[in-house]
Amino acid sequence: MTVQDTLPEARTRAYDFAAIAKDLFGTAVVCLLLMVPIVAYKSIITQYSLVLEPRWETVTVLLLIVLAGRLAMHLFVWHRVPARPVASASAPKASLAEMIGPYVFPALVVFALVLPFISGFDRRTIDLSIYILTYIMLAWGLNIVVGLAGLLDLGYVAFYAVGAYAYALLSTVYFPYWFGDGIVPWAFYITLPIAGLLAALWGVILGFPVLRLRGDYLAIVTLAFGEIIRLVLINWFEFTNGPQGITVPKATFFGLPFTAGDDGFAAFFGIEHDRIYFYIFLYYVILALALLTYFVTNRLRRLPIGRAWEALREDEIACRSLGINTTNTKLTAFAIGAMFGGFAGSFFAARQGFVSPESFVFIESAIILAIVVLGGLGSQIGIVIAAIVVMGSFELFRELNFLKAILPEGAEPSQLRMLAVGLGMVLMMRFRPRGFVTRRQPTVFLKERKAVSGDLVKEGHG
Amino acid sequence: MASSGTTPVLSVEHLTMRFGGLTAVSDLSFEARKGQITALIGPNGAGKTTVFNCITGFYKPTEGRILLSHPGGREFLLEQMDDFRIAQTARVARTFQNIRLFSGMTALENLMVAQHNKLMTASTYTIGGIFGSGHFRRSEKAAIELAKYWLEKVRLIDRADDPAGDLPYGDQRRLEIARAMCTEPQLLCLDEPAAGLNPRESDELNRLLRSIRSENDVSILLIEHDMSVVMGISDHIVVLDYGQKISDGDPASVKSDPAVIRAYLGVEDEEEDEIAAVAVAEALGERK
Repeated sequence: MTVQDTLPEARTRAYDFAAIAKDLFGTAVVCLLLMVPIVAYKSIITQYSLVLEPRWETVTVLLLIVLAGRLAMHLFVWHRVPARPVASASAPKASLAEMIGPYVFPALVVFALVLPFISGFDRRTIDLSIYILTYIMLAWGLNIVVGLAGLLDLGYVAFYAVGAYAYALLSTVYFPYWFGDGIVPWAFYITLPIAGLLAALWGVILGFPVLRLRGDYLAIVTLAFGEIIRLVLINWFEFTNGPQGITVPKATFFGLPFTAGDDGFAAFFGIEHDRIYFYIFLYYVILALALLTYFVTNRLRRLPIGRAWEALREDEIACRSLGINTTNTKLTAFAIGAMFGGFAGSFFAARQGFVSPESFVFIESAIILAIVVLGGLGSQIGIVIAAIVVMGSFELFRELNFLKAILPEGAEPSQLRMLAVGLGMVLMMRFRPRGFVTRRQPTVFLKERKAVSGDLVKEGHG
Repeated sequence: MASSGTTPVLSVEHLTMRFGGLTAVSDLSFEARKGQITALIGPNGAGKTTVFNCITGFYKPTEGRILLSHPGGREFLLEQMDDFRIAQTARVARTFQNIRLFSGMTALENLMVAQHNKLMTASTYTIGGIFGSGHFRRSEKAAIELAKYWLEKVRLIDRADDPAGDLPYGDQRRLEIARAMCTEPQLLCLDEPAAGLNPRESDELNRLLRSIRSENDVSILLIEHDMSVVMGISDHIVVLDYGQKISDGDPASVKSDPAVIRAYLGVEDEEEDEIAAVAVAEALGERK
């Protein structure tokens, strides 16, 4: 620990070396306490007995890494308060964020529009982008319920399922039966609004029983609702084909299927058939749907209904004292949030060409909610960042094959993704508890639009 | 009774409110007259806020009738209405003892939320608003004008774009009154508007309330502990003690009412506890 003396800033920054040494010693003790039982001995089951293989080198290496990290934090991050590191939890750093704020979204849109081209029509990139955009759209939809109206919904995936099954059942069973097979290529376009409406209807159906519930109780009931929908999809065999799922026609380009045949998309435009056209088409469809969600939500925020949602999150009793019908306000939030979930679900089915209850498990709701919370409740840009970080890191873990070298034998890097996301969440909640973007933009202003600090914005009753 | 002989805007008749075995308000009748400031006073726990919550629909009274009359002759039985309907159609606005502003929204937004129902109709229940209909845009502009009028009146126009939670305490009190006034009420109910204000601020509050009464033609019902506010601005005072009315009249007559003096007023600070103890003993004796 003699490095400090050689540092040029050392004299201006006034390190408290005694405190740092003490802290490092404490860190080492805690590390050893944790690592001795967990790391130091590897248990090997042989045919006859359990053998403990000591691994003190690993412990030493890990300990040194931790101490080096801690020392680096002391020297470069915590130097103002050397004695007891206290990271400023949510001090709003406005200047830069506010300067670039208005350009972030247009820049993102332009980037999204040209992405297939700059990726060189790379199938993997486009596929991943479709995947991320679907979650951005879902999170924007859930943001209406959780971020704006402040109602904690743990069963959002139910509406995603309603949308997907609406498309699946209408396009395979009901449309051919009612209108003949000619309708099938168009089914996606006709079903999309219907799926949205059906999901909105289910949003209201969920909304009614939970109107009087708050906080934990609301969360539990919405969680149960998500599971009910999934279990019905599994068990109502005659209607949904149960766990085997339904194979559905994939989306078409306004009636032109993406097939090699004479009536396909490629033949119609006189180009060579390539699967990539289908993915590019899907990419722009989900981009359009996501942008629709964005602009409608943004518009709604500036309308009386959106202000009422935010007021509801801030103080429900005050809302009622101002003559706002909180019942209707909550129901519209549930319905409109669910509607976007329905759109996304219908898109999901048309992309996959297959739906089954497997796709609508609780973890999906949890991921969508995590994106909303990480992004910052109510912030749409934050959600984009969070979706890219969360979904991107999920995908990244599939790629990290070099990790196999350091991981114990038989461990898959992709299995680490939940661990990594969990760790990321813990760190976020510690250092930015209100999410990536904490500041709230007012919906109306007289002289200048001043962002409201996240500390003042309430999180709702649950 | 108050002299001016105007018609009552609010009449509370035989109001009783019981919570389990506790009778918070028993057989209370009084009137608030049009264009007047009526004060509801009484020691702590006298049932004032309970009366307020009954009038504004937050509680459903056990017995009794609460009648609100509009100038056009329309009458509303408040005890049968939902709390938000009382604000929406009967046009009774209220403030809260512990301020309930939308702290994460700006002062202006707070006043816009207060005009929700009007704007909701103007936006044809959001559909017209989504497509930006001209009617909605004009209504929104008018709503901002009304908000500006009230922000100027409560001297908060410079802080219009600041979050409500950032305002000092006294400003928050005035903003809450402005927000209540933006619902364009017939009756404004204020729950301890001067609580926590310094003498200068409570003086300013007096002027504001007088001007709301005379310029905006809104009747006011207020609960207050601050005697300088009560005596300074009230046209009519109702005194409650243990959920019962012990006096009712103009400030001068209430001030000299021995029952009130005994229960509440004109007592030196040191004596107050003693007197209160006596009052409690008497009240308990009466109940036996």
